[in-house]
Amino acid sequence: MSSTDTTLGELHPQPHREAPSYLDDGHTIASWLLTGDHKRIAMLYLISVTFFFFIGSVAAGLIRFELTSPAGVVLESETYNKIFSAHGVTMVFLFLVVAIPAVFGNFFIPLMIGARDLAFPRLNLASWYMFMTGGLCILIGYIAGGVDTGWTFYTPYSSLYSNTQVTLVLVGVFVSGFSSITTGVNFVATIHKMRAPGMTWFRLPLFVWSMYATSLLLILGTPVVAITLLLVIFERLFKLPIFSPELGGDPVLFQHLFWFYSHPAVYIMILPAFGVVSELIANFSRKRIFGYHFVAFSSIAIAGLGFLVWGHHMFVSSQSMYESVVFSLISFLVAVPSAIKIFNWTTTMYKGNIVLHSPMLYAISFLGIFTVGGLTGLFLGSIGTDVHLTATYFVVAHFHYVMVGGTMLGFLGALHYWWPKMTGRLYNDTMGKINAIIVFIGFNLTFFPQFILGWMGMPRRYHYYYFAPEFQAYHVMSSMGASVLGLGFILPAFYLTMSLINGKKASSNPWDAHGLEWQTTSPPPTSNFLETPIVMDEVYDFDPVSEHEQDMKDQAEHPSDEDQGHMPGGGHH
Amino acid sequence: MDHGHEHGHVPGLNHQYEDMAQQSDTYIVGMWSFLASEVMFFGALFFIYTLYRWNYQHDFYVAHEHLDVRLGAINTTVLLFSSFTMVMAVQSAQLKERIRVMGYLAVTVVCACIFLTIKYFEYKSKFEDHLYPGLSFADDAVKAFGNHALENGHVAVNMNHAQMFYGLYFGMTGLHGLHVLVGIGILLSLIRLWYNRANTVIHDYVPTEMVGLYWHFVDLVWIFLFPLFYLMPLPH
Repeated sequence: MSSTDTTLGELHPQPHREAPSYLDDGHTIASWLLTGDHKRIAMLYLISVTFFFFIGSVAAGLIRFELTSPAGVVLESETYNKIFSAHGVTMVFLFLVVAIPAVFGNFFIPLMIGARDLAFPRLNLASWYMFMTGGLCILIGYIAGGVDTGWTFYTPYSSLYSNTQVTLVLVGVFVSGFSSITTGVNFVATIHKMRAPGMTWFRLPLFVWSMYATSLLLILGTPVVAITLLLVIFERLFKLPIFSPELGGDPVLFQHLFWFYSHPAVYIMILPAFGVVSELIANFSRKRIFGYHFVAFSSIAIAGLGFLVWGHHMFVSSQSMYESVVFSLISFLVAVPSAIKIFNWTTTMYKGNIVLHSPMLYAISFLGIFTVGGLTGLFLGSIGTDVHLTATYFVVAHFHYVMVGGTMLGFLGALHYWWPKMTGRLYNDTMGKINAIIVFIGFNLTFFPQFILGWMGMPRRYHYYYFAPEFQAYHVMSSMGASVLGLGFILPAFYLTMSLINGKKASSNPWDAHGLEWQTTSPPPTSNFLETPIVMDEVYDFDPVSEHEQDMKDQAEHPSDEDQGHMPGGGHH
Repeated sequence: MDHGHEHGHVPGLNHQYEDMAQQSDTYIVGMWSFLASEVMFFGALFFIYTLYRWNYQHDFYVAHEHLDVRLGAINTTVLLFSSFTMVMAVQSAQLKERIRVMGYLAVTVVCACIFLTIKYFEYKSKFEDHLYPGLSFADDAVKAFGNHALENGHVAVNMNHAQMFYGLYFGMTGLHGLHVLVGIGILLSLIRLWYNRANTVIHDYVPTEMVGLYWHFVDLVWIFLFPLFYLMPLPH
């Protein structure tokens, strides 16, 4: 057997043969744009989603600037509608849904399971091109006049009345949807069939479990919204009557089909962040995750239940009361697996050797913010309170607590955690920590006042609020917070870029973390591992007792090389 | 058990896989995942169809009178036969009988083309009677739907609902037709791979089987479309 027997608990000895890292494997533009390497494709995605995030953020900035005055500042009402639509469409379809799976899932699933690549490398590259084509359609749509339907594209406004660039933007969403489906197919096939010897299902890192659950949602949910939006396109182009009320079609049917995808899409956005947080909490608490099976299966439970709750978006959309009651109850049910995760992470930290590097700060922020986001979701899942709160800033605050406070913090946490592995460079950790605090403060300052605003009755998507000037203080507070938050998003661009220029070279395992991705070089060679790893140990095996046992075993087996390849968590027991 | 990089000499094996068995297994899982996605895609359409047909039973019945059951039945037979030849192609691929594979695939392509040709004539007859959505939809109801549209000498069908029926008809059969068209493209490239003795196909039957799975899925969709659109019983 030519493979080296390594365990998750041990550092892979530095390879004897020098293999070029994936970054050095060709320097031409073609070697990037025609690559099949999942790591390079992940980097392409990282650049693309960062670009789209920037576009969405500019739109957000305009919205917050406009709302500092009760009568508006610079934008016309029509322009305002287009700006908030552009914000929503870009952030949801071109950032949140894609970001963590396509960047970190792409990069790390093969590394974490000990595979050389994803199952279908060319499909992976094709999915990036589809994503870019979709993104380009959407951007052209904005430049050619924008859309004013909001990201939800409700009929009949989107199909009959709006004379903005709805068709083009819908085509963009449709095409980028196919990129999601192919990514999901790729991940499912990879996770099922390409695990290294010894990497059983219950040795998989929790990030992989959450990616698996996400992929199921991508595969089963995205086609439904794809066909729904395609029908709206047909309705606009060929007058094909599907949702047309004037011919007896049902516009509410559009809402049902739209939310059948778009509620699970919320979990497409948050489950990957759950996966990231599981990695961060376990690795920076230097402790086994508490209740591994519960955390793993709660991802699957969320994916399953997520398909049964879409009706809670439609409590005021002519849905029958009994239907609403059922949807409301199932919505409460979906809070259970999410809560299981929060409790398990908290319990993992309890009595752990917590190391507060910057990724961990993002994870801890996530815990608090996501809990607020989740609990306020219950207000909206209860029919009685939802009737009062629906379409107010309470909803806006709630989903930003989940999407920005959840997914965005997960993304930043992942970026800070895996940056040394992806680029081979260490960034300034102090800057990372300061930035995590800036993001936390900015975030809460932006969105907490919006809960109060919504509770007081400020409707969402309104351009002005001259009828209630007392809202201004909260709006100004929120806009100030947005500036702080904006700083928190700009700073990483600087210190992470700086690290590429003058950052210290990262070792294989700069965080003393567990996991196969930390056993190969930073950045990894094109084939990920020089030898296919064989997994003989549990994941997050930080347990001092078992590490001690491992020590004893190693000593018994190789009494001579005791000092070499010690476990990274070694300093902590 | 060798996990090194010496597997490069196995023809038809991609670099990311350890061995042929793993590659084939992965292909199959990927293909079924994709088909699950396709099921949801058409599932949403069938859901919409069910809802509207449930609501507008009589109007849909009258509207469907214009569809030609004979042509639909011929097309169903053609597709079923093409599924059979596809199965034979996969079987021949397992036995590595290259000429037979190409022959059966060619017959499958011919069937697909016959299907689309018949579909073309069906669409043409709908267009001649103005059964496409829009303001001029079916200006002559009796010409389009025959005497079923009449009750006591008056037109007793809600033309708006009939238009919904044709919206669904064109939407669903159109997307199915698009899948047939894509299928023809895939089948032709598969034939080309076999003709060139490409490593991808000659050492492993699974790529051929994947095309087969796709083709059976396309047929299966039609097996649902045919009765739903062509074989409606008179309501009540």
